[in-house]
Amino acid sequence: MTFDIKLKSTPPLKLAVYFLFFALMCVYVLLILYPLFNMFASSFKTTREIFQDPFSLPTAFSWDNYRQVWFEGGFSRYFLNSVTVTATSMAIVILFGSMAAFGVSRYKYRLSTLVYLLFLSGIMLPLKAAIIPLFLIVRNLGLMNTHLSLIFVFAAMGIPSTVFILAGFMRTIPRDLEDAARIDGCNDFSIYRRVIMPLSAPSIALVTIYNMVPIWNDFFFPLVFIQRDRLKTLPLGMSTFFGQFQINWALVFTALSIAILPMLIMYLFMSKYFIKGMTAGALK
Amino acid sequence: MNQRSLSRNAWIAFFVTPGLAIVAIFIILPLFMSLFNSLYFWRGMARLEFAGLENFRRIFFQYPFSERFFNALGNNVKWFTTTMLVQNTLGLLFGYFLSRRIPGSPVFQRVFFVPVLFSIVAVGFLWRLYLTPGTGLVNQFLLQAGLGSWARPWLGEQAIATYVIIAVNIWRWLGFPTLVFYAAINNVPQDCLEAAYLDGASETRVFFQVIVPLVIPAIMIITVLTMIGSLNVFEQIYTMTGLSGGPYYSTDTLGTLFYRTAFGGVDTGLPLIGVGSAIGVIIYLLTFASSALAILYFRGRETEL
Repeated sequence: MTFDIKLKSTPPLKLAVYFLFFALMCVYVLLILYPLFNMFASSFKTTREIFQDPFSLPTAFSWDNYRQVWFEGGFSRYFLNSVTVTATSMAIVILFGSMAAFGVSRYKYRLSTLVYLLFLSGIMLPLKAAIIPLFLIVRNLGLMNTHLSLIFVFAAMGIPSTVFILAGFMRTIPRDLEDAARIDGCNDFSIYRRVIMPLSAPSIALVTIYNMVPIWNDFFFPLVFIQRDRLKTLPLGMSTFFGQFQINWALVFTALSIAILPMLIMYLFMSKYFIKGMTAGALK
Repeated sequence: MNQRSLSRNAWIAFFVTPGLAIVAIFIILPLFMSLFNSLYFWRGMARLEFAGLENFRRIFFQYPFSERFFNALGNNVKWFTTTMLVQNTLGLLFGYFLSRRIPGSPVFQRVFFVPVLFSIVAVGFLWRLYLTPGTGLVNQFLLQAGLGSWARPWLGEQAIATYVIIAVNIWRWLGFPTLVFYAAINNVPQDCLEAAYLDGASETRVFFQVIVPLVIPAIMIITVLTMIGSLNVFEQIYTMTGLSGGPYYSTDTLGTLFYRTAFGGVDTGLPLIGVGSAIGVIIYLLTFASSALAILYFRGRETEL
């Protein structure tokens, strides 16, 4: 390509700047990979070994730490809770979000701009700043210490951006397709279900990743709504665990590895989708 | 005809209502409740009489609220400026170099994005262990590298603790602006760059006068996201130096102060719904005002091809 860096024809000063940045990027790669590697390595060591030499590799390979954290530390339950809450919230986000996107992008009516703006306002408003009224609402609905409280709040967190991204895409689908389906006897729901949704599949994949990562990682709302240990999600469980086992570094490193591994494994297989999905909101 | 438009409206309602209801109850209603609650006196969970702007007055002028508030706000400003200067500048430059197809560019992209996916809680606790004074990885590394005099209690010194937490957050998030800028720069039409080079423009000039103006929309979004993020910092402090933003409030932010006020912990230890709501309203206003300002500022500088 025309603008690839050509080493031979580049003046030395410029070359030095290129190398400086190349070196900086390599340093950042090391700064990412080594701490993660060290975390995994430490999860197979004993706390005494970690304290004696944090850089050493594990001497004996045993899943004992993992067994302890997963079963006795409650991480199996935290993990399951996170899966349940994330999956349910995401199902609601995708279903209601895509329906609303269809409703604002495929019909022309006087209120459509207002409805669209209401959804948009949800992107701009920081939900954390509303924690007091949210707490009161959740309490009055009798949802304290239930997964339902998290599911509702996460759905509210995800729907606005879903409407924004999907409506943007659905607007570009030609109206002829819809008219043809209508002549074939489709009602509005089957147009949504059988014409628009299948065509939107790639955008839906993006939106799924865009919302799933922050919902899976969220800590703030579980912290406020969930006190009962058996209902805690992974990030909140991690925090409780850290509070109890702070001194036992081997177990804390193991817990951190368990918390980080699922995301890392998924990323290894679909890194392109993750990058595209996460940056989808910032790039129209 | 009337029948048809009636059923059309029913369909619209069918599609829009469920989503709108959730957003209305859990986003828009709380906004107005915050405003409303901030104008009343409270005792615990019981609303008392109308207070006017008294709660806001207490935040701005009454000890200890005023001191804590401006201290926390100052830290939020530090978060914003440091993140803009270090993370987003590096992100723009890294994004540019990646778009120049330097060797290993796809690998860099993938690795840079790894920490972006991790929860702030996991990252916070991980680095809290690494930054522990005696046994932590960072000080051990400095010691073995012969830089023992640099070793210090990173999260225990008032002067640096906030910057250390910001650095950890940059470690987590740098990949995000990098890849946003990378994609934006890749979208700059090649013939634009070609024309500039053919006119004899240097690379620096092309970068500042062609590329930067054309990626203003991306710069704007990253700036707005940084503003929103900086005003809502919470988990980073909670996991690394604790809810009260130690040592001696030096890492306190609006988010942690807000949480302590709302759920108990500012000096008296009692939840203060009125003052708490007022802080919430201030966070809303600051978020809204700063984002609007940033958008206005950059809109005027956007270049259309």
